[in-house]
Amino acid sequence: MPTPASTLTQPARATTRIVQLFRRGDHLLWISGGALALAVLLVAGLLLVVVRNALPAFWPFPVTAVDRADGAKLLGVVTATQSAYKGTPAQTQLRVGNRELTNADFIWVPTAQLTNFRTPADAVQIERQENGDFFGFLQRVEVKGLSVADGSAAWEKLLALQPGARALATQAKAIQLDGIGAINAKMQTAKLRLVSAQLRAGKNGAVDPALQATVDADLARLQAEYEKLRAESGALAAQAAETQAVFTTIGGEVKKIPLTAVVRAFRPNAMTTREKLAHYFSRAAEFVYGQPRESNTEGGVFPAIFGTVVMTILMSLVVTPFGVVAAFYLREYARQGLFVRLVRIAINNLAGVPSIVFGVFGLGFFVYFVGGGIDQIFFPEKTSLHLPTFGTGGILWASLTLALLTVPVVIVATEESIAAVPRGAREGSLALGASKFQTILNIVLPASVPGILTGVILAMARGAGEVAPLMITGVVKLAPDLPLDGSFPFVHLDRKFMHLGFHIFDMGFQPPNSEAAKPMVFTTTLLLITLVVLLNLFAIRLRDRLRRKYQASAF
Amino acid sequence: MPAPVPLPAPLGAPLATPKPGEGVSAPADAVPPKIRVHSLDFFYGAKQALHSVTLDIPAKRATAFIGPSGCGKSTLLRCFNRMNDLVDGVRHTGRILVGGQDIHVPNLDVIELRKRVGMVFQKSNPFPKSIYENVAYGLRIAGVTHKAALDNVVEKSLHRAALWDEAKDRLHESALGLSGGQQQRLCIARAIAVEPDVILMDEPCSALDPIATAKVEDLIHELKKEFTIVIVTHNMQQAARCSDRTAFFYLGKLVEYAETRTIFMNPANPQTEAYVSGRFG
Repeated sequence: MPTPASTLTQPARATTRIVQLFRRGDHLLWISGGALALAVLLVAGLLLVVVRNALPAFWPFPVTAVDRADGAKLLGVVTATQSAYKGTPAQTQLRVGNRELTNADFIWVPTAQLTNFRTPADAVQIERQENGDFFGFLQRVEVKGLSVADGSAAWEKLLALQPGARALATQAKAIQLDGIGAINAKMQTAKLRLVSAQLRAGKNGAVDPALQATVDADLARLQAEYEKLRAESGALAAQAAETQAVFTTIGGEVKKIPLTAVVRAFRPNAMTTREKLAHYFSRAAEFVYGQPRESNTEGGVFPAIFGTVVMTILMSLVVTPFGVVAAFYLREYARQGLFVRLVRIAINNLAGVPSIVFGVFGLGFFVYFVGGGIDQIFFPEKTSLHLPTFGTGGILWASLTLALLTVPVVIVATEESIAAVPRGAREGSLALGASKFQTILNIVLPASVPGILTGVILAMARGAGEVAPLMITGVVKLAPDLPLDGSFPFVHLDRKFMHLGFHIFDMGFQPPNSEAAKPMVFTTTLLLITLVVLLNLFAIRLRDRLRRKYQASAF
Repeated sequence: MPAPVPLPAPLGAPLATPKPGEGVSAPADAVPPKIRVHSLDFFYGAKQALHSVTLDIPAKRATAFIGPSGCGKSTLLRCFNRMNDLVDGVRHTGRILVGGQDIHVPNLDVIELRKRVGMVFQKSNPFPKSIYENVAYGLRIAGVTHKAALDNVVEKSLHRAALWDEAKDRLHESALGLSGGQQQRLCIARAIAVEPDVILMDEPCSALDPIATAKVEDLIHELKKEFTIVIVTHNMQQAARCSDRTAFFYLGKLVEYAETRTIFMNPANPQTEAYVSGRFG
């Protein structure tokens, strides 16, 4: 803004300039602009830290061999360095793996003690099914104790045999999970039939001997099937375990690793960039599609992704109609007065109740009262054995609890969008002889759908990131059975589930191996943020399409 | 819709002639009155918006309400289809008869009343639906689902609202794509699709340009052959052009009600003369 004041005869002093600044209101502009800049900076910083830590997590960094001052040789990946601080010398962190041999996955060594860094091309890093990574040098490959390849041929042999061994192991595991799992379920059903008959007969009544006999016969038959499958699975596992790779550590210890235990074997120092990229994406794909391993610190988070998505969708399905109907009553039908004002205040305050309180309520009301009631009525035989079905945490109860938590958001957003529907549209409908309900259904509801979706988007974002109430209403550390699967009745709302938010908490604060879990925390965080963004983008697209369709008269 | 049924005889005792000062009734007319208002007082909360208004509106004629802003003409218009029910804290005394039926009897079906008394608003308010669905809306909510019947009514209504030629090729496109004048004619088509007896127009041209206004005024001339039309307007030329009778309101009172020609050429009341000649208001 040009200031004619400066052309006046008086020289522009600092004070007058400040006075002018205040008079023009520029200080408010600076304060509000600064606040926005700070907010953007904080969010960008958070994202940067997450991305910076998450993206390199799957990259195969070079394996370094190094001599320590005490004469020991170390082999591993340099994971961090720390400069000298207040008397503590500069330190280097190495991931040396071989947990079962050294008892420590990660070690800190004063950097001054380390000499002779080198990257031997034949250093092998093994991602194992258990006990973390292994670092060493391949000597030979054995089948049934006899060497089939050694020297330079051994590496090729290892790569050739590993997929077959893994496949056999997977097959054995599948027999255990599916075959034996199904038999267990059948045995359970048979036993429950007996219990149910006992319950019907009363405490002292005798169970029909014919039934007893059938159930016993069933159980015996199932037991035989179980033995057979177990033997089959055991044989497969044994056959798979016959192929072993023999390694030496840098300290000279010999270590035999069955190929079934090898998830990935790679020589980072000998890999081309192309191979490294392939490795990176293979691990990233495993992360998204795979099952967790090593108490969740390795492998994938697919069950957690699935659980998060299913829970968020279930929650939205419940909260949307519930919140919308409540808002319509409040805005359209309720007599506006003290009571409705109090209800509105209560709803707004509900949004400020700590989420753990909702969790406790969900546990007490949904899990114990409703779930326990359902169990008493529909599953008496299981309940009599103290086996809860719905009377324990599950995805249904967690979703309902979160729906309660997010219902204020939907109610407030819906009320505002109803209020924004032009009066003319309403009157036009009423003047044509439409009833109030017809007007709401045909005119007001479609016009307020975009606003309602805004509320649902906010509710989804809040619900997907919530952890505390879930921990007591159905989330668990490990739940390999998904809430949707191929076994009848396909939708298992009583099942416990995994959740990305809880996964982050669990990995970040109670992992068995905190250093190993660190990359997992960041990758999972990035994944959760991505998931919430994707869900929101979907809802925003939907809202924009509907807004174009239903936008009120532009006139 | 069935053809309009003959009007039933007025309920109760015949309306008494208004006392002096209660309002001015129109001189007797050959046409039977369609709407009769008798000593109507109307209140928004504590504020009185209409003071003892009494007038008869003839059937199949256009009647204009004029007067400065806030004089109560729109309030009176919205009493005829009980749109004022939507406002909190309103009450009234006096009677309104539409087609001989007291519209404030307790068991009156307001929905039925609004089907008989259609309304066109100041701001054109087409629904965010297709042109076809806008016109068919009144029938659909009344439960008509027969496709051929709907098609027939939509075409007929658009013809009568002089919109058919402009809209026939885009019936299934959004009504919001029409121009302001077309939207207002669409609202008229929507109102006549349910075959009302009366059409109330609340400043229907105040947001339209002169050409669109002329089209709507022509339409009013056509429509008054079949419908009783009551139009609220701020535009005195419009009242003069398209109404048969004119009522002048001032501060909630009916000051003068007579043949339009009389109101504009030879008003009985000096206030009316001052207003129509543009000296105040």
